[in-house]
Amino acid sequence: MQEPSIPDIIQLIPLKSYLILSTALFVIGILGVLIRRNAIVIFMSVELMLNSVNLMLIAFSSYKSDPSAQVFVFFIMAVAAAEVAVGLAIIVMIYRNTRTIDIGFLNKLKG
Amino acid sequence: MLTILLILIPLAAGLLTFFLGGSKAKQIALVGALAELGTAVFVWTQFNPAAGVQFGFNYDWIPTAGVSFGASIDGISMLLVLLTTFLVPLIVLSGFGHNYENPAAFYALILFMESALVGVFTTTDAFLFYLFFEAALIPIYFLAAVWGGENRLQVTFKFFVYTIFGSLFMLVALVYLYYQTPGAHSSAITAFYDLQLAPAAQGWVFWAFFIAFAIKMPLFPFHTWQPDTYTESPTPATMLLAGIMLKMGIYGLIRLLLPITPLALNEWGAVAIVLSVIGIVYGSIIAIQQRDMKRLVAYSSFAHVGLMAAGVFSTTLNGMQGALIQMLAHGINVVGMFFIIDIIFSRTNTRYLDHLGGITQKSPRLSVYFMVMLLGSVALPLTSGFVGEFLLLAGVFEYNNWLGAIAGLTIILSAVYLLRMFQKAMFGTTSDFTEHFKELTISERAVLIPLTIMVFWIGIYPSTFLEMTEPTVNQLLRFIHN
Amino acid sequence: MPITLLILIPLLPLIGFMINGIGFRHIPKGAVGLIGSLAALGSFAASVAVLFAFKEAGSQPMIVSLFDWIKVGELNIPFSFQIDQLSLLMLMIITGVGSLIHIYSIGYMKHDPGVGKFFSFLNLFLFFMLLLVLGSNYVIMFIGWEGVGLCSYLLIGFWNKNTDFNNAARKAFIMNRIGDLGFLLGIFTIIHAFGTVEYTEVFRQATGLPVGDHVVFAITMLLFVGAMGKSAQIPLYTWLPDAMAGPTPVSALIHAATMVTAGIYMVIRSNVLYTLAPETLEMVAIVGAVTALFAASIGILQNDIKKVLAYSTVSQLGYMFLGLGVMAYSASMFHVITHAFFKALLFLGAGSVIHAMSDEQDIRFMGGLRKKLPITFITFAVATWAIAGLPPFAGFFSKDEILAHAFEHNKLLWGIGVLGSAMTSFYMFRLLFLTFFGSFRGTQEQEHHLHESPASMTIPLMILAVLSAVGGFIGVPEALGGTHQLAEFMSPLFDAARQVNPEAFAATALSHSEEFTLMGVSVGVALIAAVVAYVMYISKSAVPAPESETRTGVENVVYHKYYIDELYDTVFVKPMKTLSVLLVSFGEFFIDLFVEGTGKLVKGLANLGRQTQTGSIGYYVFAMVVGIMVVLFWNLLLK
Repeated sequence: MQEPSIPDIIQLIPLKSYLILSTALFVIGILGVLIRRNAIVIFMSVELMLNSVNLMLIAFSSYKSDPSAQVFVFFIMAVAAAEVAVGLAIIVMIYRNTRTIDIGFLNKLKG
Repeated sequence: MLTILLILIPLAAGLLTFFLGGSKAKQIALVGALAELGTAVFVWTQFNPAAGVQFGFNYDWIPTAGVSFGASIDGISMLLVLLTTFLVPLIVLSGFGHNYENPAAFYALILFMESALVGVFTTTDAFLFYLFFEAALIPIYFLAAVWGGENRLQVTFKFFVYTIFGSLFMLVALVYLYYQTPGAHSSAITAFYDLQLAPAAQGWVFWAFFIAFAIKMPLFPFHTWQPDTYTESPTPATMLLAGIMLKMGIYGLIRLLLPITPLALNEWGAVAIVLSVIGIVYGSIIAIQQRDMKRLVAYSSFAHVGLMAAGVFSTTLNGMQGALIQMLAHGINVVGMFFIIDIIFSRTNTRYLDHLGGITQKSPRLSVYFMVMLLGSVALPLTSGFVGEFLLLAGVFEYNNWLGAIAGLTIILSAVYLLRMFQKAMFGTTSDFTEHFKELTISERAVLIPLTIMVFWIGIYPSTFLEMTEPTVNQLLRFIHN
Repeated sequence: MPITLLILIPLLPLIGFMINGIGFRHIPKGAVGLIGSLAALGSFAASVAVLFAFKEAGSQPMIVSLFDWIKVGELNIPFSFQIDQLSLLMLMIITGVGSLIHIYSIGYMKHDPGVGKFFSFLNLFLFFMLLLVLGSNYVIMFIGWEGVGLCSYLLIGFWNKNTDFNNAARKAFIMNRIGDLGFLLGIFTIIHAFGTVEYTEVFRQATGLPVGDHVVFAITMLLFVGAMGKSAQIPLYTWLPDAMAGPTPVSALIHAATMVTAGIYMVIRSNVLYTLAPETLEMVAIVGAVTALFAASIGILQNDIKKVLAYSTVSQLGYMFLGLGVMAYSASMFHVITHAFFKALLFLGAGSVIHAMSDEQDIRFMGGLRKKLPITFITFAVATWAIAGLPPFAGFFSKDEILAHAFEHNKLLWGIGVLGSAMTSFYMFRLLFLTFFGSFRGTQEQEHHLHESPASMTIPLMILAVLSAVGGFIGVPEALGGTHQLAEFMSPLFDAARQVNPEAFAATALSHSEEFTLMGVSVGVALIAAVVAYVMYISKSAVPAPESETRTGVENVVYHKYYIDELYDTVFVKPMKTLSVLLVSFGEFFIDLFVEGTGKLVKGLANLGRQTQTGSIGYYVFAMVVGIMVVLFWNLLLK
């Protein structure tokens, strides 16, 4: 018997479930960004949101048999990697300068 | 070509002063200003009053937008260019007694200012007019804000915002006018003359211009920046402000407001003239009780400017000619007045009348020059102020007898406040401040003597200047009244 | 007529002014007086020469134009001189009396450190006064008009260390300026009505107007306001008594003989206009008569020798205006001339007394000076006799002529005039008796120093005494067998006025016997007043009460000059000062409130806006999420 292809496997689960999972992850991400004060956690939440979008893109790509969405996913992953590199560096610098990564204290832009 | 030279010489001299000046800054600036004066006098000798606009220069600067770098000289421009170029060397010279910090910048700014002022008085393009009008503000802002008195920052900020606020109205009006010009649009002032807008449009253009120029002069009730700024600025800056810069406002009235909005003038001229006359009386009465000499002269200048504006708004030949010759006379008197106050301040460290007294015993020369400037200001016949005030009052009287009579109060009130100042400062017994008052130095006399000569020249033989401007004014009045 | 000669008349004093003024530190003190006096004398000589040339040329008025001064459109104001009978008469007074006073000043001011300044100002005054009378149009007259005001200011405040003197000077200038505004407005009305300010042209056009024309009324009233200021008439007279702060020769020249008569000169010059405006003349007559009486009454109780003379001047000027008001133009001019003689003499005499008394001016501390100062005494007595209007000295003829005309015109005005005349006689004899008779009341030291003045001072006194004595004979009326040469000489001046209003110039309706009666009455009251003064101050040798004594009722009011100065102070000066303070504190405040209010508004709005900029990242993110949700909501659901 032929091995089932990845899109087939993906399609074992109904599309609706992907959407729910993805939305749930995205909302968790948003809430994380909004509520948490630790910069690292916020950062992770942002990553979570990105990945939830990736998940949704993959799901649609499989169901529609359209590979172009997967190009986007790679693109997003590349951007996210770059973002992590820069973002973490900034957070480290902030930590070195202020001994905290609590964004509640980072209000120097207050007008 | 000569006109453009008149704009460029002070600019070049300013750059030279700034970059090469160093310790010799004042000398270089003086030479530059004198070169400019020489050029202006040369232009004057070539100038033919009857021939209208002369020495034209035109360069298509932004051809697609119809903006050109145009400058030329007619009677009115000639008069004001002469005033500017005559006063600036004296203003530079008046700084010789002081040791201003960073002299290269200080004198360079004065020269930049001169360049912008000459630009305003000669340009034929509204876009350029606005440009120079604003460019003149920048040097004076720095002069006042860097070298001024204690409250300089607050005061100059108020001054700056005030005038910028006014200029914006002018800008809006100019842009509107620009879009009204037919075809591919043009920002030449003469193109604006030919517009003949509808009365309603003229109405708001009139008020936009009025506010801009009324703030610059200043007229009542747009004057509250003036006494503070005059008092806080270093004296050369005060001289520039009172002697030349406020003439930009009157010049604007004559050059832009009157010919562009003649219909609105019929409708609103009365309001403008009443405001001017209120300013005369208001300023004079306030001046009566001032204790600070500089403030007193500031209010007196405010009152005198009101009379000039009233004469312009009367749109009579007498009023206009009076306003023009009075601009010259006032420039000379007020510069002399501020310089004398500066001399007193530099020796006694006070400008308060209560602290002064008896200076005439210590420095008879100063009292003579002071008296001459004072007589010019109170319009004693045969001195500079009389011809102008006589014609101005005659013009306002022709417009309306009662307004003429009220405006005439200036000749009483000016005597009241100026004689009070003179008496308190010069007469009586000496005080602790004036006990060791020194006689005038050579450089101080070098400023005062030319001013004195001009006071009598204008007073005794005003025809020199009246003839210069009369054809231009006649032409203008014919244009307005048609 | 040689034009250069004419130009020399005002030019010489100007040159004198320049030499003494510019070289004030380098010219030796002795030379200063000489230069100043020579300038005045040269000017006098030129005036005499011009007078003869004028008569030789057939007494035709002539105009000499120097250059165009102010020329704007149709309006042309040339700098030009006019020579006619009136300007010549004034020239003679100004340069003649002026020269004498200059010479007198050499002696009087010898010890003053500012003598150079003094002579230069005196010369400058002559220059402006000559411009005033020589000008051929109203604006040139105005140059002189303001110029003499300036010199008056400078000379009143000559001793400028003294604040009171400075205040007096300032007051004089400002009150004159009030009048000058009227004058200026008058000029504007003339320009408006006639399009020119040249006398000949204005009067030529005016002759075409009817009597009682409104514009002419306005012009004459406005010009008269100027005259009130310059010639110290009610209500603008209070500066003149204060002006006595100046050196005495100044009081003699400026505040008695010449400048203060400029108003009379102006009215006579404009006689055509005034003849056309009977209402104005009525006003002039009333102001003149009231001033004459009012000032004379104040003079009765004054104790400062110069103040008495000052009020006397105001009063005499009132007589001149009374004469003008009843259209006795030449009589007024006559009084100007005689008054110049005897009042200059009185002031110079007073100066001589003050000089001898070491600067004491209070007559309560004088007395018995006639032995120590014989020449001063005799000349002073002559002048007193003349001003009191007693025959045969100068004042009698001129004053009587004015009163005769007043009688014809209005009996009440005549009555006021005679009453004033009695007061004049009284205060003048009171002054004479208190100063020169009785015993000396000053300090021992002063008595020790008493001396007759030097020749440079007494010679002018003697010359003026002679003129005061015989000056009246140029205008002896027909009733006394004369021909009135002065009136004849001046007659051509009034041709135009005669033409517009012939009735007003009709020959006098008074018979000779009536004229004699009038003369008798005025001489009678003057004599009675003199006798009363004699009884009071010589027979009873009364001395006015010292300052400290309390006065009651009318006496107190008169002694304090009817509290007019105080009144002006409360009504004009103080409110003006209060207004000034109010405008600064409220006017400027409210305007600034608006200006800064705008600034504050912008600031307030900005403050509101900056509340949103908390700087907290969470807040920004939250705002972003909410924003995105709103956009999504809008796009997905509502569209």
